[in-house]
Amino acid sequence: MASVTYDHATRLYPGSETPAVDSLNLEIADGEFLVLVGPSGCGKSTSLRMLAGLEDVNSGRILIGDRDVTDVQPKDRDIAMVFQNYALYPHMTVADNMGFALKIAGTPKAEIRQRVEEAAKILDLTQYLDRKPKALSGGQRQRVAMGRAIVRQPQVFLMDEPLSNLDAKLRVQTRTQIASLQRRLGVTTVYVTHDQTEALTMGDRIAVLKDGLLQQVGTPREMYDTPANVFVAGFIGSPAMNIGSFKVADGKANLGETHIPLSRTTLDALTEDDKGEITLGFRPESLDVTSEGTEGAFPVNVNLVEELGSDAFVYGQLASAEAAEHITSGAGESQIIVRVDPRNTPMKGDRVWVKIREGEQHHFSPATGNRLPN
Amino acid sequence: MPAALQITAAAPDPALLDLPWHIPLAEWPEDILAALPRGISRHVVRFVRMSGRVIAIKEIGESVAHREYGLLRSLQRLDVPAVEPVGVITGRTSRDGEPLDSVLITKHLRFSLPYRALFSRYLAPDMVTRLIDALAVLLVRLHLTGFYWGDVSLSNTLFRRDAGAFSAYLVDAETGDLHPELTRGQREYDLEIARVNIIGELMDLEAGGLLQDVEDTVEIGGMLVQRYTELWKELTEAEEFSADERWRVSARIQRLNQLGFDVGELQMTTDVDGTTVQIQPKVVDAGHHHRRLMRLTGLDVQENQARRLLNDMDTYRVATDRLGEDEEIVAHDWLTEVFEPTIASIPPNLRRKLEPAEAFHEILEHRWYLAEKAGHDIPTSEAVAAYVNNVLPNRPDEEAILELDTATLRAISGDLDDDEE
Ligand SMILES: Nc1ncnc2c1ncn2[C@@H]1O[C@H](COP(=O)(O)OP(=O)(O)OP(=O)(O)O)[C@@H](O)[C@H]1O
Ligand SMILES: Nc1ncnc2c1ncn2[C@@H]1O[C@H](COP(=O)(O)OP(=O)(O)OP(=O)(O)O)[C@@H](O)[C@H]1O
Ligand SMILES: [Mg+2]
Ligand SMILES: [Mg+2]
Repeated sequence: MASVTYDHATRLYPGSETPAVDSLNLEIADGEFLVLVGPSGCGKSTSLRMLAGLEDVNSGRILIGDRDVTDVQPKDRDIAMVFQNYALYPHMTVADNMGFALKIAGTPKAEIRQRVEEAAKILDLTQYLDRKPKALSGGQRQRVAMGRAIVRQPQVFLMDEPLSNLDAKLRVQTRTQIASLQRRLGVTTVYVTHDQTEALTMGDRIAVLKDGLLQQVGTPREMYDTPANVFVAGFIGSPAMNIGSFKVADGKANLGETHIPLSRTTLDALTEDDKGEITLGFRPESLDVTSEGTEGAFPVNVNLVEELGSDAFVYGQLASAEAAEHITSGAGESQIIVRVDPRNTPMKGDRVWVKIREGEQHHFSPATGNRLPN
Repeated sequence: MPAALQITAAAPDPALLDLPWHIPLAEWPEDILAALPRGISRHVVRFVRMSGRVIAIKEIGESVAHREYGLLRSLQRLDVPAVEPVGVITGRTSRDGEPLDSVLITKHLRFSLPYRALFSRYLAPDMVTRLIDALAVLLVRLHLTGFYWGDVSLSNTLFRRDAGAFSAYLVDAETGDLHPELTRGQREYDLEIARVNIIGELMDLEAGGLLQDVEDTVEIGGMLVQRYTELWKELTEAEEFSADERWRVSARIQRLNQLGFDVGELQMTTDVDGTTVQIQPKVVDAGHHHRRLMRLTGLDVQENQARRLLNDMDTYRVATDRLGEDEEIVAHDWLTEVFEPTIASIPPNLRRKLEPAEAFHEILEHRWYLAEKAGHDIPTSEAVAAYVNNVLPNRPDEEAILELDTATLRAISGDLDDDEE
């Protein structure tokens, strides 16, 4: 097993002006499950394919362990792309289906059997080893395919949206299976997805990319609690964070009737380029429903209430139309999302007063988009 | 019935609407299915007779279905041998409203032979080499157009007889990707996948007692790598020689033609003092003989068949003493005096046995064989009669291999989803 290092790794596709992956620096620890996530076209697949050796690295380097693999051919990198091709051979036993690649590589029989048995144990397939794949369920067949990769004992597993073809229910199941399997095997894994929920639930750490640039890398908690910039703030979390642009005056962030006190540290971090404005972010669950007249409370008109059993969300709009335009959320422009008590939900058309819970707002510089200290 | 069924197709055939889309494909009634052999697959695939031809239906997720359909259409535009896409059907539901998977529909490739049928039944000496050669050519052609296959295997390839050799066609584009150009890493990875899959597939036939005449499965996988590498080199590598060896330019072009490729663009550079010349093919198009025959006769046949027919045409030209005449005119006469009468003399009931061009090739072979036995030339008409009477009736029906008994069919199809014991 081994670590993986992207060292200023850059991929510029022929005929393109801007790099698809721009000077990526990323260190993935031995045994770590790292998820590359970002919107379509951000360069996550390209990053993965660079590690696999399928894309050229135009500048910078890629290391697996201490070995510079930048110019090493894919098959000599000791990596396994999982779920790419998992045809099962009907006349071969499950054991042979798992071990045949080792046989091709000339591994001694006894060692093949041993590795296959170990993998089967982890995959819960021991009792099926001498049967034909026909006798297996769909899920078991998938695990045999996984076994094909495991017995090779690669240094790194690579997975590119392996769940995208599954239906929602199977996706959630398989997600958990892959994550727990990876933890048991302890093989360094790089996993690509566009789905931030998948990233949050599976990764030891998450790397968010946008336009070929690494935005932030950290644990799911870090990404959620302290997003490094407005983009990450809006991308991570579901439903998405509310983000608004406020005017700074009297040591407060002001938008319509909303006035939110700012700390000295935050105020000091603003520069001339921010032009007297500040970007505030607050998650739906950082809002409390209160009564009119409470300090810092602002009115929201309810457009829709989404009841999810354990949770309920209000999708609304700031009451002052002029102010509303300055607020966005994952639900769209001029929208604001509030988590409310599922046993006490307002009705569509109601007006509720909400207040950001003390210290739970995020501050960003309008000029750079970067996070400002609290 | 909910009216949610959606058909995406360039030229939708209304007959599609008559098929039982509300039934899972695996449960479709036998009487509409065509029992033809298939390769191994994860998805359920079935052949169905429709409007006088056979279509292949694959049950698969909606986005993947559209993706594969799009890729197959691009491959068609790029003129790479692949199955022809017919359409995608989404929004299927069962009678009680359960959603069913989408399907991708392709035209069944006529006269195509899945490798499992070939290996377990028609093995002739040298055949493995020929199959591997055909796959190497296909892979090189795909890579030249920028297509990364991602799952190269014998199951994902179909073979057609091609004048004693084979041509290979891509059948499963699900994992593919089209790029402006492939990196060396992509090509080599595709090749490694191919190698491992081929060996796995042969080991599987071996385990099922279906593999004949192959000693070393690993060696055959290696053969693909070797053939691919040789061909790629010849088609793409730069070659350097001194300025007084200029014949090497036309020699290279000729070599490429012999391999079945036309040179669309050849880059030629000299060093500063003009003593050495470097040439490198930049654009090569497969189908050199195919195109030439097409231009001369309008016949649309495979590469080796075309080569064979062109050779016969040349022989005809010499024999009729018309070397000075326009090639087009001679070609026309050859078509009406030789090719068409030969094909016409095959009784209609035997025409499903082989494609016309392939039958013509076999007749030529048979004429040669008869001549050798007799010690003198045999007129074509006599050879045709002998072939039609003695050889063709014993050939299996290759338009649709219906003569395979169901047990063999099941064994070679080896479909994991078939429960019909
Ligand atoms: N072979 C290629 N040639 C040229 N440009 C490419 C190629 N592959 C990807 N790109 C471009 O590079 C950028 C990054 O693509 P990439 O596939 O890595 O993104 P992604 O984050 O994986 O997106 P998706 O989720 O849509 O797969 C995109 O702008 C894409 O259009
Ligand atoms: N148009 C066609 N003409 C002839 N045979 C076909 C056609 N389409 C599919 N087949 C047969 O069906 C088999 C399975 O099809 P295909 O490879 O597309 O399925 P798949 O489930 O995607 O396979 P895989 O498991 O490799 O992903 C092929 O190996 C081939 O033998
Ligand atoms: Mg296939
Ligand atoms: Mg497939």
